Amino acid sequence: MYDGGKIIVGLIIGVGLLLSPFIYNAGTAAKAPDPELTPKAKEAKVCVKSKAYMTANHFSLLDVWRHTVVRDGERYFKAEDGKIYYKSLQVTCMDCHSNKSKFCDQCHDYLNIDPYCWDCHIEPEEK
Amino acid sequence: MGVNRREFLKIAGISTLFGLGGKAAIEVLAPGELEARTEALPLTEGKRWAMVVDAHKMDDALMDKCIEACHREHNVPDLGNPKEEIKWLWKEDYHHSFPGQQHEWIAEDIKHKNFLLMCNHCTNPPCCRVCPTQATWQREDGIVMMDQHRCIGCRFCMAACPFGARSFNWGDPRRVMTVEKLKELNPNFPTNRDYPTRSKGVVEKCTFCTERLAKGQIPACVEAANAVKEGAMFFGDLSDPDSEVRGVLKKHYTIRRKPELGSGPNLFFIV
Repeated sequence: MYDGGKIIVGLIIGVGLLLSPFIYNAGTAAKAPDPELTPKAKEAKVCVKSKAYMTANHFSLLDVWRHTVVRDGERYFKAEDGKIYYKSLQVTCMDCHSNKSKFCDQCHDYLNIDPYCWDCHIEPEEK
Repeated sequence: MGVNRREFLKIAGISTLFGLGGKAAIEVLAPGELEARTEALPLTEGKRWAMVVDAHKMDDALMDKCIEACHREHNVPDLGNPKEEIKWLWKEDYHHSFPGQQHEWIAEDIKHKNFLLMCNHCTNPPCCRVCPTQATWQREDGIVMMDQHRCIGCRFCMAACPFGARSFNWGDPRRVMTVEKLKELNPNFPTNRDYPTRSKGVVEKCTFCTERLAKGQIPACVEAANAVKEGAMFFGDLSDPDSEVRGVLKKHYTIRRKPELGSGPNLFFIV
């Protein structure tokens, strides 16, 4: 191998550069944030569906809601316990979860998701 | 290779002969399924919403009140520039409102009068026919609705609408919150925190207050007009022969905008 030394040194430097961000950030992984509940949400205890379902599928639910509200004019949702909710992200969801930055944004930022809901829908005012 | 076109047509033809195609097949395989999907919407079944404006009772001050009520309710910004104007409810003189019914010797009071205009929620809406994404469509109750989630901002509907009832958002309407001059024009924007604003690149228009109808309320403009002058505006169901609008239409002579185009406007004016 001609110039073997130079190639090996170059390879080591190259691999080192490639791995440097991983080495630099090793052990400092950001912890997955926990959504915070407002006192009002805590008091209500239940959401429109179970906590497990909402954690995993809240956007599916919102998608169905927006479709049925806007396109089919069905504006009310009957929960399993029989309670009727007005289907609205802005009015119903954000009334309980009025702490958008702690309840929504934290996780969405962590996962690098930027839902465009808030281009039109108005965020609650946070104190 | 699967079935080629010729074979497919043969199979389709033979199965049709035995009555296995189309609706009949669905009826046999899944009875009731098709019926359930073609049923009218529960909230809107059998309705045909229409509005009547009594031009005699309307004056500019009252129209401004209606416009303000509507624009406050729906967070419609005043962008201070006619080229970017967002219109849900607006005023227009007789000549421009009813160009086909205009002549030189029209009565003086009508000639110089403004009329309160909005989307006509046509029976045969040309805007819906051209929308490539079905972002605008006619609901079962006749309301021509907008789905901002689906609008791609192609503006075909604006070209198709003969009444200029649609407006395009050339920029983010929320810039009124950041530009000093616009901030003065739109104090407390967004005025209704229970209703969304729009985003850049979508078309918007009057929706006959579908969000209020769902709660059993009448449109904001009708409420505002009747709060000042009883009987200035009427809203109701055309399909119900005993409804107030049908009564009013029976009693008074009314005109509509550009009826010759055949779109069937559902906004009537008592003149």
